[in-house]
Amino acid sequence: MANKLVAHMGLAQSIANRLAARNIRTAKDALSLPEFDLMTLLGVDMKDVKEAVARISEVACPPYQTALSLLEERLMNDTSGGRLPTSLTGLDDALGGGIPFGVLTELVGPSGIGKSQFCLKLSLLAALPASYGGLDGRVIYIDTESKFSSRRMIEIGRNSFPKIFHSEGMAQEMAGRIIVLRQTSLSEITESMILQCQFLPLHIYDQVTRASCFVYFFRSYCREKGSSSSSMSGSHPPKCPFSFLKSIAEFSRIPIVVTNQVRGHNNEEISRYSFLGKDTDLSVEKFETHHVAALGIQWAHAVTIRLIFEAHSGQKFIKVAKSPFSPPLAFPFTVTSSGVTLLADDGIEMIGQEIGMIRCQGLSMD
Amino acid sequence: MEVSVLPIASAHKEKLISAGYTTLLSIVGVSASRLAQELIIPHREAVEIIKVTLKCCRAVGLEGTHAVLKGSRTAWEMLSDEQNLKLIRTGSEDFDGILGGGIHCGQVTEMGGVPGIGKTQLGIQLAVNVQIPVSYGGLGAKAIYIDTEGSFMPERAYQIAEACIMDTWENLGFSRKEIEDCQEKMQPDHFLANILYFRICSYTEQIAVINYLDKFLEEHKDVKIVIIDSISFHFRQDFKEMVQRTIVLNEMSRQLMKLAERFAVAFLCCRFYYLIMSLQSIQKAHSS
Repeated sequence: MANKLVAHMGLAQSIANRLAARNIRTAKDALSLPEFDLMTLLGVDMKDVKEAVARISEVACPPYQTALSLLEERLMNDTSGGRLPTSLTGLDDALGGGIPFGVLTELVGPSGIGKSQFCLKLSLLAALPASYGGLDGRVIYIDTESKFSSRRMIEIGRNSFPKIFHSEGMAQEMAGRIIVLRQTSLSEITESMILQCQFLPLHIYDQVTRASCFVYFFRSYCREKGSSSSSMSGSHPPKCPFSFLKSIAEFSRIPIVVTNQVRGHNNEEISRYSFLGKDTDLSVEKFETHHVAALGIQWAHAVTIRLIFEAHSGQKFIKVAKSPFSPPLAFPFTVTSSGVTLLADDGIEMIGQEIGMIRCQGLSMD
Repeated sequence: MEVSVLPIASAHKEKLISAGYTTLLSIVGVSASRLAQELIIPHREAVEIIKVTLKCCRAVGLEGTHAVLKGSRTAWEMLSDEQNLKLIRTGSEDFDGILGGGIHCGQVTEMGGVPGIGKTQLGIQLAVNVQIPVSYGGLGAKAIYIDTEGSFMPERAYQIAEACIMDTWENLGFSRKEIEDCQEKMQPDHFLANILYFRICSYTEQIAVINYLDKFLEEHKDVKIVIIDSISFHFRQDFKEMVQRTIVLNEMSRQLMKLAERFAVAFLCCRFYYLIMSLQSIQKAHSS
């Protein structure tokens, strides 16, 4: 919409000519200038400028729809009710059915806690046929840490869905739907994302691959950026892939899951996203180490659902830290041969700031 | 003071009243040529009417100074306007109490917070609350939701609408008949149909939609709240020059205030807030 040509907007000829003469060709050029500047630039009355701007705005403005028609559209077009069920009943209930389409879901937690395991299982679930509760689609797995293990994934598959995986050729078919990309630099990632945008339409044409799921590991990205964990990157932030990712998710109506690495450092504060502020509760156990989520504020806003994986008091928990649907719940879990499993389907409700904290106890860190 | 006391032809009096000029003060601030246009009378007759009105005002002792400053009004006149301001309830009595009854129509309210704290949720809640029928204490109006981040989820709006309806039924004990009358309006689907949703993907579209609201609100007079979620999202990422960004943002905020006042519509703008880190914590973060 921003790039619509001014010449085609039905403006009065004299104004249109003047705009063209000043190289104001698109709606973006015209609307980025304040009206006063436009008036001086074009040499016309304020009244004419206001009329022209009103006309350009009307044409450049995207059409509206009612929330009801939006809901109906999504219900009609989305497979499996717009959600990817995670097979963890408690978590699915909390998220309204599973990982939602069209938005970014973030998994954050210390290294070794089980995020990759969760992602492997999610990839499988997306690839499974609809009759088994899957999306029957392809998965794009962008692995920046070279942590993807096919063997482990097939093991999870065999243990979680024995019926499918033991039948002839199914393992190959399922694994064949998961496309793994190994990228280690930011530029490669952005390049590949642009590429995906081009071959996504192919997925849509092909009836079998109606849904896809992306999984990214962003650790290498943050290494490249250096101290990207701080929220005060005062200088203009680089053109980040976050909003691009978000638009892909939204307009293709697919779930995008991203994992976020947590760095450890030794100080007395339990870590949390820096924007949450200080916690007044100082009863911290000494051997809990502290983490800072590796990507900054920009990222935090682009994400709609945040699941924090943490360990404390000898147990691991998945916390639903940010979600439009559910109250702040924490679910205890373990990692077994069939991937991540919940120990209890009823989440523990967390009050206050605790839901946003990331704790790690005695696990190895990078 | 009523127009009927003016010593002018009754035909003119009728024309004045049907054009909307019912008090002397409403005539005084108007230029003669505009009056002539609206009443379809010769210019000199309009001048005459204004002269007579001014004389009458002075005679009665009304202040005539505002006739000199076009568009100005006295504080007393504005008081009655302020008292008649419509309010949109947030659903929490205490919060409404702090706000003076609710979100004010005709004003721009800014809502700021860190990610995940509930700005979008409150926005959706207000978009639903504005629709509560007048007989139940609401405004019975529509809402516009301008979404710049893609965080609006219609299923969540549906949940909130359902809860709001149940809440309304519970809190107000109405007779069976009254409930049946409003049955049709108090359905979640109906509530969702009254939320007009714009999805904005760049700052150009954001500027375009705010400019277009001038015409849109004119055509949709039943809209009483516009929620912009969030107003700063695109400006954080896409602008290269800070100076231009500041100018554009100022222009936009002026436009919003003008629209709010002109159409007596509440504007709710969400924006991001960040924690300002102390020097100590910055050093700590860097040293690790």
